[in-house]
Amino acid sequence: MLLKTFAKGGIHPPEHKISSGKEIEKLPVPETVTIPVSQHIGAPSKVLVKRGDSVKTGQLIAESTGFVSANTHSSVTGTVVKIDSVTDTSGYRRPAVVVKTEDDQWVDGVDLSPELKKDFELNKDKIIQKILGAGIVGLGGATFPSHVKLSVPKGKKAEYLILNGVECEPYLTADHSLMLEKGEEILTGARILMKALEVDKCIIGIENNKPDAIAHLSNLSAGDDHISIQALKVKYPQGGEKQLVKALLDRSVPSGGLPIDVGVVVFNVGSVFAVYEAVQKNKPLIERVVTVTGKSVSKPSNLRVRIGTPVSALIDAAGGLPEDTGKVVSGGPMMGKALNSLDTPVMKGSSGLLIIPEKESRRDAVRACIRCTKCVSVCPMGLEPYLLMTEVQKEKYEMAEQDRVMDCIECGSCSYICPSNRPLLDYIRLGKVTVGKIIRSRK
Amino acid sequence: MKFFTVSPSPHVHGRDSIQSLMFGVILALMPALAVSIYFFGPGAIIVTAIAVGSCLFFEYTIQKYLLKVTPTINDGSAIVTGLLLAFNVPSNLPVWIIIVGSLVAIGVGKMTFGGLGNNPFNPALVGRVFMLISFPVAMTSWPVPKGFQTSYADAVTGATPLGVIKEGLGNGSTVPQLMDQIPSHMQLFMGEMGGSMGEIAGFALILGLIFMLYKKIITWHIPGSILITVLVFTGILWLANPEKYPDPLFELLTGGILLGAIFMATDYVTSPMTIKGMWIFGIGIGVITVLIRAFGSYPEGVSFAILIMNAFVPIINKYVKPKRFGEEVSHG
Repeated sequence: MLLKTFAKGGIHPPEHKISSGKEIEKLPVPETVTIPVSQHIGAPSKVLVKRGDSVKTGQLIAESTGFVSANTHSSVTGTVVKIDSVTDTSGYRRPAVVVKTEDDQWVDGVDLSPELKKDFELNKDKIIQKILGAGIVGLGGATFPSHVKLSVPKGKKAEYLILNGVECEPYLTADHSLMLEKGEEILTGARILMKALEVDKCIIGIENNKPDAIAHLSNLSAGDDHISIQALKVKYPQGGEKQLVKALLDRSVPSGGLPIDVGVVVFNVGSVFAVYEAVQKNKPLIERVVTVTGKSVSKPSNLRVRIGTPVSALIDAAGGLPEDTGKVVSGGPMMGKALNSLDTPVMKGSSGLLIIPEKESRRDAVRACIRCTKCVSVCPMGLEPYLLMTEVQKEKYEMAEQDRVMDCIECGSCSYICPSNRPLLDYIRLGKVTVGKIIRSRK
Repeated sequence: MKFFTVSPSPHVHGRDSIQSLMFGVILALMPALAVSIYFFGPGAIIVTAIAVGSCLFFEYTIQKYLLKVTPTINDGSAIVTGLLLAFNVPSNLPVWIIIVGSLVAIGVGKMTFGGLGNNPFNPALVGRVFMLISFPVAMTSWPVPKGFQTSYADAVTGATPLGVIKEGLGNGSTVPQLMDQIPSHMQLFMGEMGGSMGEIAGFALILGLIFMLYKKIITWHIPGSILITVLVFTGILWLANPEKYPDPLFELLTGGILLGAIFMATDYVTSPMTIKGMWIFGIGIGVITVLIRAFGSYPEGVSFAILIMNAFVPIINKYVKPKRFGEEVSHG
């Protein structure tokens, strides 16, 4: 059978899914948590607590300040010891609430029983209200507030809900393990979202290196004509929204557009599980599954972690920091962010923690571009990375804009493939910042 | 306190490097070199060794003493240039001419523009055309392929198949008559003919092509477009007048078309960056080659065709853009 995939570009880096098949373990609540109040794309949320306040698990501690913004809840019970700015996984210093923990005590109204609850009666608006209240954002890494995606703009119509179970980043297995263990919950979450979007078609895209997840979800959804599971050929960056929509439906999201422009809304399976918990169990987003992995990690794991837990606690649970560690990355090896401290807290968008050995943590020397065309042929957006890099180096921003620098999804395929080790994506990112400023200044 | 390396993503890199790609090209050239040694004996070894040695020497010397930069001869590109230069000359070419050719290839063709990655013209072809124009006699006396009996210093020489045709047509003979003096297509495919060292054996060059495609060193578009264009164009001429124009298969198997299409035109630095650009480039090379062969005064024209199209590459890159995501629009 010829598997579906996206048409243009892409690479196939070694998969290294060494934590695959490991059951999700619950990480104990740490002594202190550091909860950044801006864990989403959009306006930062406003802190509602002050030093000395007691907070309960699930209590709102920072509220959304606009349409594109999100609530933040306390992930533990305890006392607020300070409100400080900390370096989060993005590398920027941002305000965070530091809580010293006591015995876990949840806010009222949260259903903590493990029972599966499949039936729901809420209407569209109530569902969106619940999701907004629970502070759910895209857990695949982009952290786009979920209620925004569900509020389809006037004049546009959603036809399909797509669940992203691709997990195309090497090493990461958080979504994979969630699909295996929480299949019914994810399917229920999908039905809730279909109701909120008023669509009757849902496709779950999963790469073919997770045959157990494909089989499991196919079994569970058998008999439901509205949900289909689609196996996809393994190719990076298939988890990118535009690539996934192209692979599943052969529709192309226009330059600068969103999936809704072609009638599609995409949700990561982790976010869908969070939607289930918010709507069916009244539980805000205060924990997530994080893969802790790496070649020298003694116990690669999938951990259920409270938001705000320092990454050092995750590494301890996975057998401690290996002797030869050179780099610690939040996320996968292709798009993750390197951390400078093990005190960095786990955030809503943290899908994995990758420990890279010293000998693999530095880049090789940069050589001249030999114009081999490999960067052009792997670019999933059809751009010319070699040219964009030169244009940015020479500060030819208008040319970079014409050559569609803003279309770059920063997947890193160009830098990965370059035989001269050229920092193509680094320069393209710089270019996007400056070109973005130029575009905004025109308005 | 332990410090971690912090750098932007991606944090992994593919296995390709300039060395690995160049080493792949060198490996792909080996079958043709073996055939050359089989047919031309010691001459082939001497010419290759001198060309590769002097290309390395000139690149190292120019980088170290003239440009005062760290020499990069370990990237393998000078070896590829040396091999291709050797492949493009007769196996009895005097040593000093090879050295001069190497100096022009590396010094003028490559280093004056700033070294690897910046040269507009294929360095080996710059060297070859320089030698062809400066030393026309030495560059066109082709040893007869007699294996190790072929002496380097005073080889028995003869014309190439294309030379036989060009000269014969000039004397009023027809192509079918001249074909009697030329080895069969099978012999041509196996390399039993006079010609430049590396261009004779079609099967060995095609082996190299298959290897490079398998290793994803090159894509099929440039060799494919050149070969298709030559087949179509010479096919039309042959159908129009078989007395005057040889058949397309003969055209493909003789002269430097296979060597040029597979190894010279696919030079990364001097070929276009997009698939569409590669087609334009390849069709251009095919058309110019056939025009020179059929209507020019040289029996052979691949080198000139590639150099001419090299000159168009910057403009092709400027105007021929890849298909952007979303341009193949289909809204379901």
